[in-house]
Amino acid sequence: MSATDKLLDVQHATVEFHIGGLVGGSLIVAVNDVSFSLDMDQPEIFTLAGESGSGKTTLSRLLLRDLEPTRGRVLFEGRDLATIRNRSEFKEFMKSVQPVFQNPFETFSPLRRVDAYLFDTALNFEMAPDRQTAARVVDEALQNVGLSLEEVSHRYPHELSGGQTQRVSVARALISQPKLILADEPVSMVDASLRMEIVNLFRKLRDEQKVSVIYITHDLATAYYISDRIGIMLRGFIVESGPVEDVLDRPLHPYTKLLKESVPKPAPKERESWAKHISLGTTEVKEYDRVGCKFAGRCPQVMDICRQIDPPDVQIEQRIVKCYLYTEHTGEPSPGKPT
Amino acid sequence: MALVSVQDICAYYRTEIYGISRTVRAVDGVSFELNPNEIYGVAGESSCGKTTLIKVISGNIKPPLKVYSGSVNYHFWSHDVDMLHISPEELRDNLRWKEISYVMQGSMSVLNPVRKIIKTFEDIVDTHEGIPDKKKFFEQAREHVNRLGLPTEVLTSYPHQLSGGMRQRVAIALATVFQPSLIIADEPTTALDVVVQRGVLQMIKDIQAMSNNTVLLVTHDMAVHANVADRVMIMYAGRIAEEAPTEIVFNAPLHPYTQHLIHSLPMIGERSNKVSLRGAPPNLANPPSGCRFHERCPYVMDICRTEVPELVTVRAGHRVACHLVKENSL
Repeated sequence: MSATDKLLDVQHATVEFHIGGLVGGSLIVAVNDVSFSLDMDQPEIFTLAGESGSGKTTLSRLLLRDLEPTRGRVLFEGRDLATIRNRSEFKEFMKSVQPVFQNPFETFSPLRRVDAYLFDTALNFEMAPDRQTAARVVDEALQNVGLSLEEVSHRYPHELSGGQTQRVSVARALISQPKLILADEPVSMVDASLRMEIVNLFRKLRDEQKVSVIYITHDLATAYYISDRIGIMLRGFIVESGPVEDVLDRPLHPYTKLLKESVPKPAPKERESWAKHISLGTTEVKEYDRVGCKFAGRCPQVMDICRQIDPPDVQIEQRIVKCYLYTEHTGEPSPGKPT
Repeated sequence: MALVSVQDICAYYRTEIYGISRTVRAVDGVSFELNPNEIYGVAGESSCGKTTLIKVISGNIKPPLKVYSGSVNYHFWSHDVDMLHISPEELRDNLRWKEISYVMQGSMSVLNPVRKIIKTFEDIVDTHEGIPDKKKFFEQAREHVNRLGLPTEVLTSYPHQLSGGMRQRVAIALATVFQPSLIIADEPTTALDVVVQRGVLQMIKDIQAMSNNTVLLVTHDMAVHANVADRVMIMYAGRIAEEAPTEIVFNAPLHPYTQHLIHSLPMIGERSNKVSLRGAPPNLANPPSGCRFHERCPYVMDICRTEVPELVTVRAGHRVACHLVKENSL
């Protein structure tokens, strides 16, 4: 397999943070041996889901080359991001990979008109030689998100609704005609009645603009709604990844099962299963320090080996599960095991 | 008898800057009752007046917020209280924390970061009742947190040592030290993950079942209401759109806004196309005439633009404010 048929290829990426003073202190492995890839010619929406502190945002910083991996590599179109050395190469890379952030009101300065950001982006990335042509480029990007330059020109962020501002934020990302958009919790700050329009927008971008999207979220319900594939993160590991229907309809990893069960369903009739009591970790750091599977302390099916060595990746049909329950058998989970 | 009856509250924020006066009608004519022994959910988008409503109910009214009309009456087993005409001293000494307590969204800002949890417990109890014996008090506090299913070591920890979920549960434990009649929980799980959210909400449910008090749960997350609340009120732009038992809100909503909220919720295992409402929530400084939802409503009629729909009872316990719905029609 040549490296160039992959748009993005993350190979065993690990990020470690050292916390504390020069002497002592502790090591936090925020991203731990993570591998996944996106295909070049088939745009898709890949979701990274997990609790806060699971490493989602660190991983996204890695993909934006805001951080360098401690170990492992991140390849974009076959090129190792660590080999990007000068500004013009970095600009080329930024042109292809664009972020969309969580809070639309923090993305834009309240003292600056939102269209100024759009023009800046168009001129900085040399998508247009002057302001007149830039206006056309900006308008095109805004049309893609269901807005127009007329609607947003000379408007400050507070004059637009949260949904509109977030759409402007997506439009800004689209100006440089990227191949990949990294959206970090793009809907969590948007009102419920406007949330679906943003979510639908990503779908439309994938189908019409052929843009791949990495959608980072803790909301499994919207993840199921839009994504093609999903990776479930826990304390730096991707514990289960694969097509979203497989992973969320028939989860294999005990953590995915717990996560899926915990999503409250908007159906009062199904209260009973959700009301089953669960145990929560008392303190924050304990799970990072744990050797072996990070879920061992909470796992109902824990075995001795889980506490000793990190579990390996097991390929089961189209998905990869990081769990000892599936190490001997591929396909069906081993029999005689409590479920 | 109802524990709290709220009658026709109009609470506005009024500011005057450089001679320009601006009135934000955050809560406009809201009436409802809270019964003993129930979990009452309040749902709505940001800036629909949820938090203002809580401020009025808990007697925390400070300028620029002002209550222009209406009443909030509490009926405790021993005495009645008119919340809007109570002296600040009485509110502090007899009501706050003892009868009415409050669980907030960011538990990190509730707990003092440089003091151990037990010290925060001491501070609160000392202010309201006084602590004669600190050793004995530690035992009482230990008993209290253990009864709520928290380990004893949280008392001797600093807030930063605890996980987010544990901190929020400590905040709930603090809110329940005096066994209050009413616990107001304002977005208690919004900043938390689904697994932790489940644990925290289960704790709130358990406490309610244990002490048979009333919980006012405010959150924008409809799925939380579906799993926790007994009755739900849907607010839109400072007014009640619909109020009904949880089952009815989810299975037979009548107000177009409620219908949209319920039908646009994505669910695992179901991928039908979901859409957003057109437009945006209105600006309460200049709310639309008539029904405040009319600009976004798919069934808008002429009458909606001019006349404010009354909140009518369509069947026992189910109230809707919409021109499409007639009184006692079900």
